[in-house]
Amino acid sequence: MTAGIAVDIGLAALVAAMALWTILVRDAYAAVIGFIGYGLLLALVWVRLDAVDVALTEAAIGGGVTGVLLLRAVGALHRGAAPLEDGPPPGPATRRIAALACAAVAAGLAFVVLGVSGPAPTLAPLAAEHLPATGLKNPVTGVLLAFRALDTLLEKVVLLLALIGIWSLSPDGAWGGRPTLGRPGRASDTLRFLAQLLPPVGIVVGIHVLWVGANAPGGAFQGGAVLAAMWILAMMAGLSPVPAIGRPWLRAALVIGPLAFLAVGVAGIFIADGFLAYPPAFAKPLILAIEAAITLSIAVTLAMMVAGPPQRPGAP
Amino acid sequence: MTMTVFGLCGAALVGIGLYGLIVQAQPLRRILAFNLLGGGVFLLFGVIARRGAVEGLGSDPVPQAMVITGIVVAFSATALAISLVVRLKETGRGDDEGSA
Amino acid sequence: MSLLLDIASVVAIAGGAFFFLAGTVGLLRFPDTLSRLHALTKADTLGLGLIVLGLLPTVDSVLTGAKLVAIWLLVQLAGASVAQLIARAARQDRPQGVPQDGPPP
Repeated sequence: MTAGIAVDIGLAALVAAMALWTILVRDAYAAVIGFIGYGLLLALVWVRLDAVDVALTEAAIGGGVTGVLLLRAVGALHRGAAPLEDGPPPGPATRRIAALACAAVAAGLAFVVLGVSGPAPTLAPLAAEHLPATGLKNPVTGVLLAFRALDTLLEKVVLLLALIGIWSLSPDGAWGGRPTLGRPGRASDTLRFLAQLLPPVGIVVGIHVLWVGANAPGGAFQGGAVLAAMWILAMMAGLSPVPAIGRPWLRAALVIGPLAFLAVGVAGIFIADGFLAYPPAFAKPLILAIEAAITLSIAVTLAMMVAGPPQRPGAP
Repeated sequence: MTMTVFGLCGAALVGIGLYGLIVQAQPLRRILAFNLLGGGVFLLFGVIARRGAVEGLGSDPVPQAMVITGIVVAFSATALAISLVVRLKETGRGDDEGSA
Repeated sequence: MSLLLDIASVVAIAGGAFFFLAGTVGLLRFPDTLSRLHALTKADTLGLGLIVLGLLPTVDSVLTGAKLVAIWLLVQLAGASVAQLIARAARQDRPQGVPQDGPPP
């Protein structure tokens, strides 16, 4: 037990130190690397908190997809000319006041953490009690896709809205065209080698993570992130063309998840107790079908978000 | 004990992220700071909610599901913000209009 | 027998941890990107291999063991390829101000 506490204290100190370094380091590229390390360490913290589902999401998103996104952004923003800044950096006095104020906020929160007591309000027993009705064994998946399905549906819509927002930033004339990912035609042999070897394994891993999500930690989002990473790798290596954003199959893949979710939800009004309710006999197959559809949509959405707005007019 | 350690860590992360959000001048660094802050908030939420863990379940699934949703939404916001900043730089208007 | 296996586990994992430590020291102390990469990737691959070897006697099913070995192979593949890519980038981009020596600590 004491060894466990020592590991926890070391881990917590490391996460905080990594966060501080990300803020204080001069070089933006180094800050991004620090942030990726922070995301991976935070995933370990979630493992220590028995929240393996969250840990997988944090590692896939905080460490993985956000990392690629940020590295591309550093490349675009800090190459050559002076980096974009709004206003001069604040002077030492402002910094000192800000540091004091932020320390006060942190201290207040720490006081709350140390002060909480008594049994917490919890829905865990309720979730555990109704879990058998869904046919699932992973309570987190149960909450995400059955008990709080509306949240998850809206979350998928948020992803789509963000992608539409990103696409709408395309330069005039490039709408409907192709985003640029990597350096077209100039990918190194090493990258091509990796992109040939890794995706077969990664696709199996992604589908496995989705499939075990019903009964063990894993699920649509984590599996979708792995699949997205494989596609991004193939596109960066130039092995798979970056699709023009106007392609009908791309649009269909983006919306099939939310649409399937919505269709099952509306059907619930007629064949079950209400919107987004499942008929008990078919709960598990329906949930798995929704998960498969949203995994595909998530994978395509994440990859297109990383690719960014289209830059080239859409030649066929 | 584990809870307290990570709770304090979450509180520290919120403070650090907030500081970065205030003192950084580059938009990309602010986005990073915002994500650090978000990570701290999720951690605090997870720690405080974990008091509700019952026998048989390692930890309360409801807050876990909410944190997963939160991570996804934070990612969406980050991706959109980065695209905005990159576009701002491309159009070359970031330097002149200050707080554009 | 099980005592022997336990001892072998502990020795292998301790050896793995030592190589990780050595690789990290190399990362922090070596002067330039290429030798840092060299220290990090070689030592960490060996360290992870030893840790996986040490964990193998403790797993309860063949499948779990196979997953551990698969993780080791994947990390080897990713580590080696990424080291190549970083080395190439460090060589090409040196004049353009990508931090070759890393940021000050």
